[in-house]
Amino acid sequence: MTLGYDEVITAFAPVIGLETHVELGTVSKMFCGCSTEFGAEPNTHTCPTCLGLPGALPVANASAIEYTIKIGLALNCTIASWCRFARKNYFYPDMPKNFQTSQYDEPLCVEGYLDVVVQGQSYRVGIERVHLEEDTGKNTHIGGATGRIHGADYSLVDYNRAGIPLVEIVTKPVEGTGALAPEVAKAYVTELRDILRTLGVSDVKMEQGSLRCDVNTSLMPVGSSQWGTRTETKNVNSLRSVERAVRSEMIRQAGILSEGGRIKQETRHFQEATGTTRSGRSKEEATDYRYFPEPDLVPLAPDRDWVATIKAALPELPAARRQRLTTEFGLSEDDLQKLVNADAVDVLAATVAAGSSAGDARNWWLGYLAQQANSRDIEVSALPITPAHVARIIELVNAGTLSTALARQAVDGVLETGADVDAVIAERALAVVSDTSALTDAADAAISANPDAADKVRGGKLPAIGALVGAVMKATRGQADAAAVRRILLERLGVSE
Amino acid sequence: MANLIELSAVETAAAVASGQASAVEVAQAHLDRIAAVDGDVKAFLHVDTEGALSAARAVDEAKADGQPLGPLAGVPLAMKDVVVTKGIPTTSGSKILQGWIPPYDATVTRLVKQAGIVMLGKTNMDEFAMGSSTENSAYHPTHNPWDLSRVPGGSSGGSSAAVAAFQAPLSIGTDTGGSIRQPAAVTGIVGHKPTYGAVSRYGLIAFSSSLDQAGPFGRTVADTALLFDVLHGHDPLDSTSIPNVRLAAAAAAAEGAAGDLRGVRVGIVSELTGANGGYQQGVLDRFREAVDTLAGLGAEIVDLSCPHFDYALAAYYLIAPSECSSNLARFDSVRYGLRVGDDGQRSLEEVMSLTREAGFGAEVKRRIMIGTYALSSGYYEAYYGQAQKVRTLISRDFAAAFEQADVLVSPTSPFVAFGIGERVDDPMAMYVNDLCTLPASLAGTPAISVPCGLSSETGPALPVGLQIMAPALADERCFRVGAAFEAAYNAANGPIFKAIPSLGDAR
Repeated sequence: MTLGYDEVITAFAPVIGLETHVELGTVSKMFCGCSTEFGAEPNTHTCPTCLGLPGALPVANASAIEYTIKIGLALNCTIASWCRFARKNYFYPDMPKNFQTSQYDEPLCVEGYLDVVVQGQSYRVGIERVHLEEDTGKNTHIGGATGRIHGADYSLVDYNRAGIPLVEIVTKPVEGTGALAPEVAKAYVTELRDILRTLGVSDVKMEQGSLRCDVNTSLMPVGSSQWGTRTETKNVNSLRSVERAVRSEMIRQAGILSEGGRIKQETRHFQEATGTTRSGRSKEEATDYRYFPEPDLVPLAPDRDWVATIKAALPELPAARRQRLTTEFGLSEDDLQKLVNADAVDVLAATVAAGSSAGDARNWWLGYLAQQANSRDIEVSALPITPAHVARIIELVNAGTLSTALARQAVDGVLETGADVDAVIAERALAVVSDTSALTDAADAAISANPDAADKVRGGKLPAIGALVGAVMKATRGQADAAAVRRILLERLGVSE
Repeated sequence: MANLIELSAVETAAAVASGQASAVEVAQAHLDRIAAVDGDVKAFLHVDTEGALSAARAVDEAKADGQPLGPLAGVPLAMKDVVVTKGIPTTSGSKILQGWIPPYDATVTRLVKQAGIVMLGKTNMDEFAMGSSTENSAYHPTHNPWDLSRVPGGSSGGSSAAVAAFQAPLSIGTDTGGSIRQPAAVTGIVGHKPTYGAVSRYGLIAFSSSLDQAGPFGRTVADTALLFDVLHGHDPLDSTSIPNVRLAAAAAAAEGAAGDLRGVRVGIVSELTGANGGYQQGVLDRFREAVDTLAGLGAEIVDLSCPHFDYALAAYYLIAPSECSSNLARFDSVRYGLRVGDDGQRSLEEVMSLTREAGFGAEVKRRIMIGTYALSSGYYEAYYGQAQKVRTLISRDFAAAFEQADVLVSPTSPFVAFGIGERVDDPMAMYVNDLCTLPASLAGTPAISVPCGLSSETGPALPVGLQIMAPALADERCFRVGAAFEAAYNAANGPIFKAIPSLGDAR
């Protein structure tokens, strides 16, 4: 039975939790000196350590530790004064040592929180831990129907990614969000991503996997405080998918529960095409990872002064920046929320920085550009147009070189071709026609082609001029300034206003 | 020069430096010796004739160019097969690594090469350094040059036998629970287990990461000290390497050789004197005589107790297998080494399993299973957790003992070399070989084994070792006291290695 979302919410309260993995943007890997650059030839960024060759040893990357502390501080966490790496033991060929060097019961950062605002309401998402570990290599399974290891003819392993520093950020269970659980989940990941970007610790590209999110979802009957069985949804590769995954999982679970069924604790995979989740491997039998402290690495004991120095040097974080921009740009709370939801705060600020007024920038990013993003099903910040492009458009409109209609055509051209604003204008001959003699000729042609309208205007019925203006605009393919056309028409008709 | 293989490392280096012998002549003499006797001793898994002669030629050329030579330039050395050597087969005594040619050098290998030391080849060992007799080698047992029917100790038995049999004046071993000291003791040579973190572990195929430590073997304390001076020092590639460590072992040995131990307090640990039996009488007799010798050199003898040493064996056999169960997980057939059953039909898991079944020997499997169990959820605290607490208590015992004494002494092993095959069916009988060496391993403190006489209790005259233990980073004390003892012993009896029966040819 499939319930409508309203029915789901009437009967059940969701509890969500998020585990986010962030590939840090350090120059070298977590435990060796290999490059972390994305997209290199397979297995070229490898060495004895990240290949797990016999005898090779890890040495912890100090930058990665510093980045993790930055993240912890930005998430209001306590930074451990002493902690250790731990080995997580399991066999899988993308893991060269058959154990992952991670952290277990002694994470680097603990007990923080992140506040997010959804529909004017603030939600505090508790942060349980932020810990540091190494990424695995990447398997490609060739042959077979599923692209998974079972049934494949053979598998290829690329260890370039093996050993890239990975930070795992785990929230506490988030309750009390009700119908807004999907939006809160998305807002959390969005805010987290913006913080990580502001800190400069990761390029946070969900599509390249440098930011990966697993979403835990469970339902309990409204009024209950006993959490239901949760599922863990993986393969959630965009901000929109976070929201869709939670919503779809809530609907799926509610369908089962309302028929008296029980939820299986399992890993599920989000499917972008359908917006639904499908069952992955079962977690009923918990794997015993045999964690123990990593004996190849000395404990981490971040010096308190060092932590204080890092804290003092933290950049202005997104929430504070938004507050400041709201004041500086004179935005309403409503505008701000729209900008945040549209992921347009950064592009707005950058457009202002490029010379536009806040009002013009707001109008473009929340107006025509937001529509374009919507119709393409992407975030406005992901449109292939830069704040510099938009600032140039605004500049040309304000100078009278472009009409609003022409400006939109110019934007369309940039979105289609990726070319510069001025190149698009030149290519498509989009500039406003201000050549008076050309307009006069067009006006005369329009008058002789529409004698009735011309007579009405001459007779004092000024609104009839619309047909003539339209004819001139058509003749000039919309590139004339309508006000100028009207003025010339009146002049040729010998009528004054 | 008459017999190059009988020279000490110090004498060999001097001969090369002065031009009395070329490094190539020295290397060739040892390669000839290996060819003559290793069929009986079986100390080597791989002899690198080409590489050795090439390294020797480089030393001779450097000398001809007038470049300064290091204190061990041109001296041959045998390397335990647990140490990774670029381009030279490295198996760790296991079938699972048969045919693997490492693409890189261990830090220890690099330091040896940089010192102009001539590496002759790779020596036999118990598989993955697990054992006390070298019988767990996947290839063949090594024979003790003192009595070829007996074991040379282990796990570094190939390295100890090679030095005792004059196949090399120096060798390198690794010591996790006694694997340098016990083989040194039962082959009548000197072996030093450094302070944990003094010698880089980068490129040592890990058995138990928190215990493994590479160290030198030699026939004299001075030779052993010189090699230690080459090997130790901070290594940025090893996180557990101690920063800024720079010791002067050779100088300490030279100071000790003058024979004055006045003001040195020597502690006798009552737990390591066989009060509850289990030690051979001949071993205890030689140990007592050694203590008397030290007293005769002016040392003050202190009796003391380290009560938690009695739990060292139990703690060790939880910690080492636990770490090994994780360290050896990488041998899965995917990237290197043996692969069994890959017929295009079997699953990855089956191929991994068949490979590990075929590639690991019984002792390795036993320890992987013990360790896997000890780390399992629900058992971790009772086993691994408790063992780590014992380890802390042992460290505290050491700290308290070193308040009362500058060094601690004990027999190195409760037994002299035993017969090949004698203990293979009884793991516990094998494990007790390490009773005296385990405490220093668990505490990460340095200890040396120096020959202290012969015992004929089990048949032929066989060597007994004296273990001298010092606080962390006080390795120099081991060498100083060891050299003082050695000088006094030699003055009274002559060097013990001179008593090794001849093998095959006349030396």
